[in-house]
Amino acid sequence: MRSMMPVRFWVVWLSALGFILGSSALASAQTAGETGAGLTSTLTVTPGQRGGIKIAVVPFAWESAAPPPSQEQDVARVIRSNFNRSGKFEALREDRYGELPTTAADVNFGFWKLAKQEYVVVGRVTDNPDGTFRISYELLKTANEKRLLGFAEIGRPGDLRRVAHRIADTIYEQILGVRGAFDTQVAYVTSTGVGRDITYRLWVAHSDGFNPIAIAKNNEPFLSPAWSPDGKRLAYVSFERLANRSEPGRSSIIVQELASGVRKAYSSFRGINGAPAFSPDGTRLAMTLSRTGNPEITVMDFASGKLTQLTRHYAIDTEPQWSPDGQQLFFTSDRGGKPQIYRMAATGGDPVRISFQGEYNARVSVGFDGNLLAMVQGNGNVYRIAALDRSRGDPGTTTIITDGRLDESPSLAPNASMVLYAAREGTRGVLYAAAVDGTRLKQRLASSEGDVREPAWGPFRPR
Amino acid sequence: MNNTMRVLVIALAVAGLAACGNKTVKDDVRSTTPSDPRPTQVQTNNTDTSDGFSVADPNDPNAAPCLKVRVVNFDFDQSSVRPEFQATIDCHAKYLGLNGQWALSLEGHADERGSREYNMGLGERRGNSVSDLFKAKGTDSSQLMVTSFGEERPTCTESSEDCWSNNRRVELVYTKK
Repeated sequence: MRSMMPVRFWVVWLSALGFILGSSALASAQTAGETGAGLTSTLTVTPGQRGGIKIAVVPFAWESAAPPPSQEQDVARVIRSNFNRSGKFEALREDRYGELPTTAADVNFGFWKLAKQEYVVVGRVTDNPDGTFRISYELLKTANEKRLLGFAEIGRPGDLRRVAHRIADTIYEQILGVRGAFDTQVAYVTSTGVGRDITYRLWVAHSDGFNPIAIAKNNEPFLSPAWSPDGKRLAYVSFERLANRSEPGRSSIIVQELASGVRKAYSSFRGINGAPAFSPDGTRLAMTLSRTGNPEITVMDFASGKLTQLTRHYAIDTEPQWSPDGQQLFFTSDRGGKPQIYRMAATGGDPVRISFQGEYNARVSVGFDGNLLAMVQGNGNVYRIAALDRSRGDPGTTTIITDGRLDESPSLAPNASMVLYAAREGTRGVLYAAAVDGTRLKQRLASSEGDVREPAWGPFRPR
Repeated sequence: MNNTMRVLVIALAVAGLAACGNKTVKDDVRSTTPSDPRPTQVQTNNTDTSDGFSVADPNDPNAAPCLKVRVVNFDFDQSSVRPEFQATIDCHAKYLGLNGQWALSLEGHADERGSREYNMGLGERRGNSVSDLFKAKGTDSSQLMVTSFGEERPTCTESSEDCWSNNRRVELVYTKK
């Protein structure tokens, strides 16, 4: 009874929200959605402590008839913030722009060379006749005084932050040859309240924590959100009471379509239904089921519903993650005594251990090339995120990239440049985004309330 | 007995009760609370409650004291039941044997350290380990159900060994079959 109502209510509420989003009033989505437990971003490392490519992002000229936007929608400011948290760039501080060119023709290269900037970005915002904004920008290289990019984006009022993410992605790719992941989404779980009054929410937000929208809510736990490769669906574990099931406290794997809010329970067996992971082609879901008496890696085919159990071992086998080619599965197993990361063929077979540093390794996240893996590594009472680079073959090189005491749930960005993870601050869970390169640069995505956990970085958006 | 001794004895008794209290009052259990309108000391129509195992409800105040222990705790990353909890399991197994209308939901939990899904497995392993001991005592498997909550339902949220050891547990929750 108790948990039925919120679920029903939620589906209705979600549909309403979908309508609001569909009708292009993006700005109002924030007020329509629950934003109480949303995230705001704060850089915890000052730019002076970092290295990276020096880039000046000159404030964009505001040539629109509309009033100038808030700081959160200030295009140049958002681009700078993206670059700084990536660990790859050091954007010139806002108070250091002695010249304010807005087109390539205005750029005095001597000034920027003196300021030791390797790249300069200039741009301006004007009005289109249909009421949208036109955001034109150019990227210049100071060394050879060449123009590398010259593009224009279209943005609706209230949507300039996303435009800034797209521009940052394009510049990032032009300079580094790797696609940027700023215009992506993240999912995470919050809990608020205590005892019987705990409310769990599953959220989807922009990669910088802005625009959070709660997509599911219940008094029973949610965990392990996982994105479909097309970014349109989320699979997650829910302990909510399902309509066809009388007893509470049983786990299910739910797949929810983000646009429609339609949810479907795919796995509600006796025991654990956990750790879902979409195959790279989106046709299968790897998961952990203990219906045969013990947590085992199992793959479900969406079309047929057929389940294939891949492990048969008395150990805990869980947290499967696909290799990018879909041929292999990485997972956590304590078959050797303590949890470690193993790899096996996606059709089953003998698992091979691949983590060797640290007493405890679990919850692997696999980078786009399959060679960079992030995992939680435990040594004594300290749990931190480790990056394992296998690009030069096994056993690879392990680097600890975070500095908390109870860091967990790493999730690599789709370009594997950053990792999102959960940490404890006092009795509260918070999220951080850290650079993978070992610079220990990290950004806190702070929630205004509640306990935040289980981040999952979404895929690239379609080009 | 002098006053000092008397205070000491009372203090010890209270401490003992408090230690017990940590493990008896569980919000999942329909326990007899002070607001319960039933007079607690009046003899009910149960046949003989003198041994505390024939009460119709395991939450009955006349139930055997050992039935009030509803939590089994574990060492870090371990699922073997410590010897000190053997008596608790013996006690509940005896009650279940005499009262086939009751079942036990064994809810396994882990502390916050490490990964959530691994802890889900660890919680289940702890539940299974308690379940196996019940079965060894002759409890019918239809009276036992294991559910793992991993680290998702902590009783406390401090990152300390005290709190962690409280959270590494299996809760024994009675349900009507």
